[in-house]
Amino acid sequence: MTTTSITLHETPRVRRLLSLADDALILGHRTSEWAGHAPLLEEELALANIALDLIGQARALYAEAGNESGHTEDQLAYLRDPQQFRNALIMELPNGDFAFTIARLLLVSAASDLVWQTTLDEPDRALAAIAAKAGKETAYHLRHAAEWLIRLGDGTDESHQRAQSAIDRLWPYTGELFATSAERDAWNAVVEPIVTRATLQRPADGWMQSGGRSGRHTEHLGHLLAEMQVLPRTYPGAIW
Amino acid sequence: MVDRIAHARAIASRVADPEIPALTIEDLGILRDVALADGVIEVAITPTYMGCPAMNMIALEIETDLAAAGIAPVRVRLVMTPAWTTDWMNEAGRRKLLAYGIAPPPPGSGRRALFGDPAVACPRCGSVLTETISAFGSTACKSLHRCRDCREPFDAFKCH
Repeated sequence: MTTTSITLHETPRVRRLLSLADDALILGHRTSEWAGHAPLLEEELALANIALDLIGQARALYAEAGNESGHTEDQLAYLRDPQQFRNALIMELPNGDFAFTIARLLLVSAASDLVWQTTLDEPDRALAAIAAKAGKETAYHLRHAAEWLIRLGDGTDESHQRAQSAIDRLWPYTGELFATSAERDAWNAVVEPIVTRATLQRPADGWMQSGGRSGRHTEHLGHLLAEMQVLPRTYPGAIW
Repeated sequence: MVDRIAHARAIASRVADPEIPALTIEDLGILRDVALADGVIEVAITPTYMGCPAMNMIALEIETDLAAAGIAPVRVRLVMTPAWTTDWMNEAGRRKLLAYGIAPPPPGSGRRALFGDPAVACPRCGSVLTETISAFGSTACKSLHRCRDCREPFDAFKCH
């Protein structure tokens, strides 16, 4: 790895793998930023475990994309510019407070869970194998986020207000998670009962943010990548 | 030839999981295959969790132990299909886990309901009056519980 950037020929399959991989890597990186800052020791372990799962999913998906595009997983993670990343914008938003982090984990995990379930029956066996493993991990993430959102929403006035504000701010970023309205309906059927049980208001579907899948990102991704990529791009081929 | 593969398999199967040293990779069911390909002994292993940080260590230990037994060249390969589930763990593995103080996973690796869990029996006193402290424990494959009878906290291997 002695170059500092790569260009990719994205076949439809590579693009799909990169969308899934970039979602997992960027949310995994954001989640890992909680290390040392979580509100409870148990939550410290939980968020670190979830980040590890997500980065593990990203590695398997990058390895598969790399088999087809001729790159290593490290090259795909470290040597692409923001415009080459295919993750949904919701993944790259800064962590905010604990309520924002939990609400995002819920909204994203509910969507990923459905993606992995439908991918199990794919003719693409390599991807189906990744889905079989990732789906089990994501089910735990969804459950964890749901339990916390209910506790926060149905907690104190302060935690309720923060959870509601998080859901409201995140909602416009959820449109990009789905290709069809049927997918969004299936997701709603999972998310709505949890939001209701948390005594929170489900925001109305209005105008939705998009652009992440085609490489048009918020300014936050550049800052995230700068930190994540600085070493391999400053010292090409560095090993330890 | 067959002897060489069987010998390699016997050595690889004794490699311990660095995070749960009471268990071998054979017990865990992550040792998938030992075969000969173009003169190279190829050992196939599968991850329990995709981000499992122990996989690199396990691969290194397989290579080191086989080299120490004079078996070379060796290649360790990571396979993803079929996906590992807790059903791949053998009976000996479940017994060793319990003796080590970790509640073994319940049989059947199917999808669970979103909320609510069957109680995990305490590995120390056997009581089923236990509560979950966190679904995420000391490693990615374990959850953390507390026994309400003997009052001891304990790890359980997560159903997966």
